[in-house]
Amino acid sequence: MSGEAALHYTLHVNGSDRDVADAWPGESLLYVLRERLGLPGTKNACDQGECGSCTVLADGLPVCSCMMLAAAAVGRDIVTVEGLGTDGELTDVQQAFVDHGAVQCGFCTPGLIVAADHLLSVNPAPTELEIREAISGNLCRCTGYGRVIAAIAAAAEDRSAVRG
Amino acid sequence: MSVRVAESLEEVCDLLAANPSASLLAGGTDFMVEVNYSGRRPASVIAIDRVPELSGWRRHNGSIEMGAALTYAEMEHPLFAAYVPALAQAARTVGSPQIRNAGTLGGNLATASPAGDTLPPLAALDARITVCSVRGTRELRLDELIVGPKQNTLAADEVIRSVTVPVIDGPQEFLKVGTRNAMVISVATVALVLDRARRSVRLALGSVAPVPVRATEAEEWIADAADWDSPEPPAGDVLARFGELAAAAASPIDDHRSTSAYRRHAVAVMARRALTRVLS
Repeated sequence: MSGEAALHYTLHVNGSDRDVADAWPGESLLYVLRERLGLPGTKNACDQGECGSCTVLADGLPVCSCMMLAAAAVGRDIVTVEGLGTDGELTDVQQAFVDHGAVQCGFCTPGLIVAADHLLSVNPAPTELEIREAISGNLCRCTGYGRVIAAIAAAAEDRSAVRG
Repeated sequence: MSVRVAESLEEVCDLLAANPSASLLAGGTDFMVEVNYSGRRPASVIAIDRVPELSGWRRHNGSIEMGAALTYAEMEHPLFAAYVPALAQAARTVGSPQIRNAGTLGGNLATASPAGDTLPPLAALDARITVCSVRGTRELRLDELIVGPKQNTLAADEVIRSVTVPVIDGPQEFLKVGTRNAMVISVATVALVLDRARRSVRLALGSVAPVPVRATEAEEWIADAADWDSPEPPAGDVLARFGELAAAAASPIDDHRSTSAYRRHAVAVMARRALTRVLS
């Protein structure tokens, strides 16, 4: 974008401060994560808050990163799907998605994983209705929701078994 | 285009006074669609989503004061819903959990869409909206703030600070028709507030006129027609007349979401349903 001042700012993503340099001020957080910070796990499908593929946690709450102006997210604690687990290890929610075949093309999966992870962090024993509500902002066009719901329910049960 | 993250209301007012053409950014759920799709390129943006004076809600004696940056998710909270159930129900119907974590009450007001879901409850509750600038503060009724589709009367240097509604003894309902249950923009909405002490009903309609409207004829008629001491729902003819008067207050249009005729029909059905629920 010629004629516009480029911005330089710092975002706090997955526990680290990340510099964003020479950025166009209108860039969404989604764009910056994928194109500037090398975090392509967060997906871009609709770019208008409809599909949930770009769901990240901002200060602990699931939001659409396409609807967040990156330069206005300075100071927020951002967690992407890459930041949910430890390096190279699947989280229990991710493992449950694998075990239940809750992944087909996989495009909606990162957003669903972030939404599900948040649900279990605030509601360890969700009902099916609560699971459906928690993923109501995440559109899937091929897997269908049955296996996704089963995976999230199983992850909740496994956590509950571990807690005893 | 510059971006400033404001840390206080005073800073917001100062920034706006220095640069009245700056855009205010709260939840971003309308703003970013315009940036991503419609080529919106504001020269200057002031982010107000973390201004402490604009956050949260408070109860004063008989009223609830909501900060302009109160999110839909915060309005869904049971503690809030206990005081302003119609607003909590309306907030619950907006977008997805992700959108409700971001979108704000002040954003819904300033955007002034005919389909703004918090607007009918605010109309039914005779909400007072406080706006401020370096020149001072002023208080507006909803019909003084929103004067047309996406038209508000905020001066260029003003920001919405808070919204105040009374706590009213009695049940409230918000009903919405859309093309499906989740992630949907309203085709028609009604907000109904029963005031037990005054033995009155307040009814507001959304998405069926250029601005939110009160169905005052329906309100006046039902105040007399209702049997206030009966635990039974109103008789069929009373409900039918109430629905007719509600629909008559609408001035809907045909558009890509629905037809004028269907919107009128939906208003009548929802008005009857809401009245049945609050009077039984």
